[in-house]
Amino acid sequence: MNKKKTLHVPDAPFRPGDKSDFASLQLPDAGEFEKPDVLVDPSEIRDLAFGLVRVLDDKHKAVGSWDPKLKPAFLKEGLRHMTLLRIFDERMQTMQRQGKLSFYMKSLGEEAVAIAQGMALKPEDILFPSYRQPGLQFVRGRNLVDMICHCITNSKDNVKGRQMPVHYSWKEGNLVSISSPVGTQFPQAVGCAMASAYKGEDNVSISWLGDGTAAEGDFHYAINFASVYKAPVILNVVNNQWAISTHKNFSSGEATFAARGIAYDLPSIRVDGNDFLALYSVTSWAAERARKGEGATLIEVFTYRGEAHSTSDDPTRYRPKDEWESWPLGDPIDRLKKHLISLGKWSNTDQKKLEKELDELVIKSYKEAEKHGTLSEGPWASEETLFEDVYKKPPRHLRKQRQELGI
Amino acid sequence: MSQMNIIQAVNSALDTVLEKDPNVCIFGEDVGYFGGVFRCTDGLQSKYGKHRVFDSPLSEGGILSTAIGMGINGLRPVAEIQFSDYIFPAFDQITNELAKLRYRSGGEYWAPVTVRTPSGGGIRGGHYHSQSPEAYFTHTPGLKVVMPSNPHDTKGLLITSIEDDDPVIFFEPKRLYNGPFDGDHKKAALKWDTHPKGEVPDEYYSIPLGQASIERAGSKVTVLAYGTMVHVAREAAISSGIDAEVIDLRSLVPLDIDTITESVKKTGRCVIVHEAPRTSGFGGELSAQIQELCFYHLEAPIVRVTGWDTPFPHSLEWYYFPSQERVIEAMKKVMES
Repeated sequence: MNKKKTLHVPDAPFRPGDKSDFASLQLPDAGEFEKPDVLVDPSEIRDLAFGLVRVLDDKHKAVGSWDPKLKPAFLKEGLRHMTLLRIFDERMQTMQRQGKLSFYMKSLGEEAVAIAQGMALKPEDILFPSYRQPGLQFVRGRNLVDMICHCITNSKDNVKGRQMPVHYSWKEGNLVSISSPVGTQFPQAVGCAMASAYKGEDNVSISWLGDGTAAEGDFHYAINFASVYKAPVILNVVNNQWAISTHKNFSSGEATFAARGIAYDLPSIRVDGNDFLALYSVTSWAAERARKGEGATLIEVFTYRGEAHSTSDDPTRYRPKDEWESWPLGDPIDRLKKHLISLGKWSNTDQKKLEKELDELVIKSYKEAEKHGTLSEGPWASEETLFEDVYKKPPRHLRKQRQELGI
Repeated sequence: MSQMNIIQAVNSALDTVLEKDPNVCIFGEDVGYFGGVFRCTDGLQSKYGKHRVFDSPLSEGGILSTAIGMGINGLRPVAEIQFSDYIFPAFDQITNELAKLRYRSGGEYWAPVTVRTPSGGGIRGGHYHSQSPEAYFTHTPGLKVVMPSNPHDTKGLLITSIEDDDPVIFFEPKRLYNGPFDGDHKKAALKWDTHPKGEVPDEYYSIPLGQASIERAGSKVTVLAYGTMVHVAREAAISSGIDAEVIDLRSLVPLDIDTITESVKKTGRCVIVHEAPRTSGFGGELSAQIQELCFYHLEAPIVRVTGWDTPFPHSLEWYYFPSQERVIEAMKKVMES
């Protein structure tokens, strides 16, 4: 019998009105996969590209060989960064709703990604984030006021009000300017890593893109060049299931994103993106491998985008409203918190106290930032900066255009 | 001083900067071991090592994106795109990333990348070995765009481009690689040793960007050209008997508008010549600026002699390629009014 021929168009598993049920995801247990030696031949760890590295089990205990055995003080620092990010996001979204920012993008549900991974790196490692890893800046100690000034695009915005909010750049923190075209930073990180190798430096580069962006040519450029030149780079696909309204099935079909790395001879690991410990551990492994001259690692960070794509998006139009609540890998903050509680090093009261402290810090920082100008009233970057930094020095035609504007 | 063709001048420029600055590296398709499909990088890998001059995967987007990353991390990469017809897979990285990096980061980040790419027609290259895509790049703030017309300028301008902290798209007119070409394809091919600009210093020297060169002085009409068309325009001026001033723009961005306007104010007439298609070509920009700045000195409408608004043809190449005859006709036309 011939199968009836028709174009196959995938669909999201659940749409508005459906009840999300992720029972079919077949999630491996925590501790199920062994941690290989960093000098392993990529061909020997192919199972990691189809599995899922998890450390925190259902009882919030750290299990298995991937357990990074981090000290409670370090875990508390991670919890603090993640909690701050969630509160910061919430406050900034509110400000956007009040018209005080033009635009915002939250990281809800993905807080562990940039924070655990960022904490596994050294300060000299070079970051090429997408727009959903602002947490890296908390890890590297960026001043909150500066971050808010960028989002307001006021006179203290270090990118001089030129980009939309959340397009951070922070030279001192080795965080390379974020741009809106998706995926472009991925192969740039590879080139940056090639330069580190060229100069004989020990640092690594790291980049992130989303599941949707993994369909761009830049994804292929990056993993191919990374493999060919054995660049000391860590390439992450943050698979949060959604690219705006488009389910990841439109980007990868049924395959895992990590599986793609195998064809390029890259060690490729899929990791529970809501498990702080697993993320830290896998990233440390990849960084150590890169520092030893063994080249790149592809990591698929398996998570769920808990919020709208951006402040310009309404996810109830394309997915069940409460889908995140049924996500089987839970909430990264809640999981790390419960792990610390299980160790006897934290309590719900501590968490409440922390949240209050951080909320006050964000409000105070916001007020401080507004002293440098607001979106509607300014002051913004001074007018002549419009013509600066297009080139190192403004050529004549730009100086003339500046005069034309009367400045 | 040595006699060099443009290929040797490119090679000499690259050799000079590789020697001078350990952060300069060169990569692209076939540029390493083999020395480039046009031989421009011949011998450089064996002289400087595999990590400084290396082959890349066949991936223009990959070449440009990794070049940007290298530039961010302190290197001064010279990337080669084998034919400018194949620069388009890298268009996003060049226009959205390379060109905007310094601006969008408030000056925190930049990438001093030079993109070398052979361009132009006249070699039976058909659609995809003949294009002149300079106008796509002159339209992008943040990029500098350069196109030499002879070996001497090639070396000096390429050294400047590589040492410039801004990104430069460096077009090499491949029809001129081995010798000057005046548009008459039936004539025996000339060599650069017959041309004064085939004399090239062996040592370091640089030519500033944004300075045009007066190829032939004249008083009756200004002819603006760059790349191969400089030679076509010069021969056209000589054989027409018209006292034409031929200006080789050399760099399109930044543009030497002073030299242009000074000439047009003197002659009162202007003909613009380029190989690229007419509509929205760089000639449109030149014409607009001259009209704005020299309106009261103009004795006749500005005329553009360009490629037609068609893809670059194979068998009908010489109907497409702006000929001496078309340039002469244009000069006569502006002289009539």
